[in-house]
Amino acid sequence: MSTETTTAKVAKKEKEALFSAKRMKLITDPLNDNNPVTVQVLGICSALAITVQVKPSLFMFGGVLFVVTLGNVIVSLIRNLIPSRVRIIAQLVIVAALVIIVDLLLKAYAYDMSKQLSVFVGLIITNCIVMGRLEAFAMGNKWWPSLLDGVGNALGYGILLVLVASVREIFGSGTWLGFQVIPQAVYDMGYVNNGLMILPPMALIVVGLIIWIQRAKNTKLIEAN
Amino acid sequence: MELVNIFVKSIFVENMIFAYFLGMCSYLAVSKKVKTALGLGMAVIFVLGFTVPINYILENYLLKEGALKWLSPEFASVDLSFLSFLMFIAVVAAFVQLVEMAVEKFSPSLYASLGIFLPLIAVNCSILGGALFMQQRDYPTLAHATVFGLGSGVGWMFAIVFIAAIREKIRYSHIPAPLRGLGIAFILTGLMGIAFMSFMGIKL
Repeated sequence: MSTETTTAKVAKKEKEALFSAKRMKLITDPLNDNNPVTVQVLGICSALAITVQVKPSLFMFGGVLFVVTLGNVIVSLIRNLIPSRVRIIAQLVIVAALVIIVDLLLKAYAYDMSKQLSVFVGLIITNCIVMGRLEAFAMGNKWWPSLLDGVGNALGYGILLVLVASVREIFGSGTWLGFQVIPQAVYDMGYVNNGLMILPPMALIVVGLIIWIQRAKNTKLIEAN
Repeated sequence: MELVNIFVKSIFVENMIFAYFLGMCSYLAVSKKVKTALGLGMAVIFVLGFTVPINYILENYLLKEGALKWLSPEFASVDLSFLSFLMFIAVVAAFVQLVEMAVEKFSPSLYASLGIFLPLIAVNCSILGGALFMQQRDYPTLAHATVFGLGSGVGWMFAIVFIAAIREKIRYSHIPAPLRGLGIAFILTGLMGIAFMSFMGIKL
């Protein structure tokens, strides 16, 4: 909304460049102002369950990036062929096929990760981000903006995922991506990892706090009571 | 006895919301009033109670390795489990559509209270999650799977009704402005989750 004035000077009169300002906004908007998780409230299910450590959340981000982007492109290419009555099922089938590809790839090249993510790979199908973007964006736009929209939303999701996972891993196990972050000397002084951070409910509280920080900085997101 | 155990476990210990965060999207979106929350909860119990057994049958007589043996012994090595996502989601979506049509036709009053939530449920993660957990845990009989489906649904309904009741109350409290709405709902759910963790280890 307000970014329009700032980006206006970047946009030139030429015939919609591939990365025109309007289109770049499709990528940058979901990172903050329209973050899929903290603002649109989509895709929370998986955002919370796999954020005990950073590594699985990176894999999850990769999977969602793949599915949202390709799903958006495919749906926007065939959007005029889908009768609106059966569009949900049509979209679900496309998404499910893409998720099967992700699942098989994970099983083949990252078996441990596939075991660790367990059902949550399959749950990308019902990840509301995927369906939400297909329904809200890809059904009404050409393929290139849809692709950018997919990338942007997946990035917004990924950033939040990594953020939550970082907090939980650093405080919960003292590591980040498996590397020791909190030095041994601190432990020797009597510091103990916060076991609470590893438990599922803390994911919710961490997301709640992130929302708090984000909205305190970005006051136009504050909800009326 | 084992069935009761699965039922209680899937309500309290392995609660869909508090332990696995499944169905959070509709949980947060539809939890502003207790009445609507109850309606959505009922619909979830209903759909989970049917789709998990249906998917169990599919899994065991169609998809699993060797599941096609009843057709002919030469299919004993056929493994179609890579198709399970597609089958499960198709069953869920088709079932939801069917139920919606049936309820609209036979019980307009139920449709008025429940119907609007049904389309929402097709993409509720807890339904597909129920099917996938059923597949992963490999329940021995159809009864086990059914009880698991019903229990998960009841647990989900409890969670959404509780949070709706709390959110109705906190409308009048002074919450820091940036936390209003979504933020506080997250933190409340987290605290409820911690409370629910005290059920851990219950066995009947």
